[in-house]
Parts: sequence; C-alpha cells; structure tokens
Amino acid sequence: MFNPLANRRVVAALAEFGQIALLARDVTASLLKRRVSVRDLLYQIFFIGIKSQSVVLITGAFTGMVLGTQTYMQFHKVKMDTATLAVVGVSMCSELGPVLTALMVAGRVGAAIAAEIGTMRVTEQIDALRTLATHPVDYLVLPRLIAAHIALPILTLESIIVGILASYFVGVNVLGIEPAYLWENMLKYTHQVDLVIGLIKAFVYGGIIALIGCYKGLTCGLGAEGVGRACTEAVVYSSISILIANFFLTLVMGRLVGLL
Amino acid sequence: MIEVRDLNKVFGGQSVLRGVSFRIENGESVAIIGRSGSGKSVLLKHLIGLLQPDSGAVLIDGENIVAMDERQLLRVRRKFGMVFQSAALFDSMTVAENVAFGLRRHEHLTEGEIARRVAGALEMVDLAGTQLKNPAELSGGMRKRAGLARAIVYEPQIVLYDEPTTGLDPIVSDSIDRLMMRVRDQLKVTTVVVTHDMRTARQVGQRVMMLHDKRIYANATPAEIFASTDPVVRQFIDGVADAKESFDFSHG
Repeated sequence: MFNPLANRRVVAALAEFGQIALLARDVTASLLKRRVSVRDLLYQIFFIGIKSQSVVLITGAFTGMVLGTQTYMQFHKVKMDTATLAVVGVSMCSELGPVLTALMVAGRVGAAIAAEIGTMRVTEQIDALRTLATHPVDYLVLPRLIAAHIALPILTLESIIVGILASYFVGVNVLGIEPAYLWENMLKYTHQVDLVIGLIKAFVYGGIIALIGCYKGLTCGLGAEGVGRACTEAVVYSSISILIANFFLTLVMGRLVGLL
Repeated sequence: MIEVRDLNKVFGGQSVLRGVSFRIENGESVAIIGRSGSGKSVLLKHLIGLLQPDSGAVLIDGENIVAMDERQLLRVRRKFGMVFQSAALFDSMTVAENVAFGLRRHEHLTEGEIARRVAGALEMVDLAGTQLKNPAELSGGMRKRAGLARAIVYEPQIVLYDEPTTGLDPIVSDSIDRLMMRVRDQLKVTTVVVTHDMRTARQVGQRVMMLHDKRIYANATPAEIFASTDPVVRQFIDGVADAKESFDFSHG
C-alpha cells in the first residue's frame, strides 16, 4: 500500500526525532545538576550573541524598511499612511523579528556548532573528552543551549527595534509620512503582549538551533563529507523546525492571550 | 586490575572480536599486537568503555563497566589516561589548556597549582616551555607527547596507548618508546599499548598479546613471542606478506 522507501524515511525521521528528544532529556538533567562551566557559557554567549549582531541587525533593518514601504503602498490608496508603522511594529514584534532572526542565526550558528562538534567527533576529540571523565553533553551541549536561549531573545529584541526605527526613518524621510501620527499609531496598536510573544518564540528557537546543531555534530558521519552533511542538515532541519514551531506557537499563544 | 571475559563485538554484521578473554595485573605493562584491522584499537576502546561489547564483561578493579551508563563510566575513567593515535588534542586550546583540562574539571586547584602540575607533566614528556603553543604548531611526535602529558597529569592508575608510534620516524618512535617506559617506571602505572610496531612491543611490553582471527592468538613474554616458531606469529614478526597479498599488491 505504501512505498517501502517512503516508509523507511518516515521511520528514520521518527527515530532521529526520538534521538533529539533523548539529547534534550540528557541536557535537561545536566542543567538541573548545574554542570555548566561559567567560562564556557560566557564564550558561547559571545560566539552566538555578540558575533551574530551584524547579520541580525542588517536583516532587521532591511526587513523593517521593505515591510514599511510595501504597507505604505497599499495603505496610501485608502489614505491610511500613518498606520504604516503600526503594521510594521506588530509584525516585527510577533512574527518577522523572531522568525527572521532565528533563521539567520540558524544559518550562521547552527552550521558552526555542527561543524565544530562534528570535526571534534571525526578527530577523536570527543572520545578524548570522554576519557578525561567529561560528559560531552555537559561540556559541549549545555553551554551552547543555555547561550542560545539567552542570546536569541536579545538578538530578536535588537532586530525588532532596528526594524521599527529603519521603517520609521524610511516612512518619514523617503515616503513623506507625518512623523508624529506615524509614531503615535505604532505605540497605540503595538501591545506589550506582541513583544512578549516574540521574545518567547525567540527563546524556543534558540533551543531548537542549539539542540539540532549539537545533535548533528555529535552524530555526524566520518570524514569531511560527514561533517559537511551535518552542517547542511543542521541548517535545513533547524530552519524547517523553526517555521513549523512558529505556526504552533502562534496558535497556542494567540489562544492564551485571547487574540484568536 | 583489568579483566576481560569472553568479549564479543560485531560491527555491521561483521564479527571483530570473538570470545576475547585476558587479565592484566596492576602495574603490569602489556603490548597488544596484531595486523591492521585486526580489532586492536576496538579492544582498547572497550577497556575504557568508549565502545560497548555485544556480549562479555570488562572488569576494572572488579567492577563490570559493561553494565554502566555513560555517567557511571565517568567515575571509572578517572582511573585511566589514554593517548590516541591521532593525539586528539583539543585544537581550540593551547598545549597548557589541553594538559590542564582534566585538572580544571575534576580537581579544585589554584591556578598556580595547575600551572605547576602542567609544567611538571610537560617536562616529563620533554616538552617544557611549549605551554602557549597551539596543537597545529606541533610536529607529530610533539603532539603525541602533549597527548601523553594530558593523560598522565592527574596521575591515573592505568595508561592506554593507541598506536603511539604510528606515522613517526624511527628516531622519534624510539623517543616515544623511552617515554612510555619512563612513565611506566616512574609513575608505576598499568600500561596497555596497542601497536603493530614490533620494537615498541619488545621495549615497552613485559607481556605481549597477539590478536589474530578475532581472538587472542598468543599471550607470552616478548622473548617467547619473538622466539616463537608458530607460522602466524612468525609471519607477523618477520613482516612477510603471503602469496595472495603479494599478488593483490602487484595488481594495485
């Protein structure tokens, strides 16, 4: 009835999902026993957070500008120019800010995590860690997971702020919208809850990026090809997982705050 | 004491170890020899729990480590130091950070005490003054030495060596052999060396075990092994390829 190849792929995908869930369980147990080194955590926050600034800020700024311009072109037809920034504010806070930031970080950080851990695996450095009585989850996964959980909401907040400011700048200086009403409408229609939803989403996406990157690195195949494949899969799986998670988070949190 | 009982390991349907059993006493120095691909490194990794067998037991001081999970194994592994074939130094760290890794994670020492212990370990392996170098700046022999310093700095009871002289020229190989003997004699550690270098086996091993056809084929003193008239042992010691291999080689 079903294609055997398709069946095998479904089984393999479910098995992989189960392995990631087991890794999540291990890292949670490690977190509860406070096995993280502050020094390693600070380095990972630097690597994931500070070094992702430029890519996230550029993405946020141009997304805000494009969204503002597109919205203006539609709203101008019905004389609603000053509502432009309100649309940008709500969209950036609850959807575009967290999702685009996470996708950019997945590309930069997810691949780097998979490559670093994968290379350690194929050069026996992970076995060396184990012989030095160090659990790879404690030393490699936990600091990256905590750092990503901390860094993503901060990066997302920066992206939202820069996106709104860039859109405001284009609206006022290029499109000629009345600045006072533009800003006032944005504050009126963008609620705190939109921002909170965005930051909760960013927190979840940080975990997805770090967990999938670490999992792909820890289980990568041998040789350069294995590491390359692990990097590609880390980015692809993280990006798809973020987009799927975004739908469910929007649905659940929307219901929770009574928006749906 | 290390005791292996009826160890079996299969990789992808192919048996690598079948019914391997032996015992290594505290302070003993044993060389495990055998052809490339005979399962020597696989056997060594079972001794420290890096691989789990399909059946059989590995007892370290009477504790069966086969029944342990990864977290329980961490406690047992503190008794071990291991030197890898590729040295497996952490390439994001300096030599000093590599050597200090085990001390920093498991012992509550001051930075001064860590620096003193690291300098002592590096001096023992003739690498004094290389603390700030990166692994990429070291030669193959120096990396092996740094790997050895990392393995002995926290004074383990057992040191495992996986092909310590592979890829090194004869002079550097000899210096590594002397180093292993120095570590064995000064620190009084149990030593297990996996090698296909007959000179290493003769110099470092007080006992030599030969792995052949998935099992321990010979287990004797180096003098007895080197005097053996058994055709399999003899062929390995003399390094003579059989007719089939010569044919295969000549045809690429």
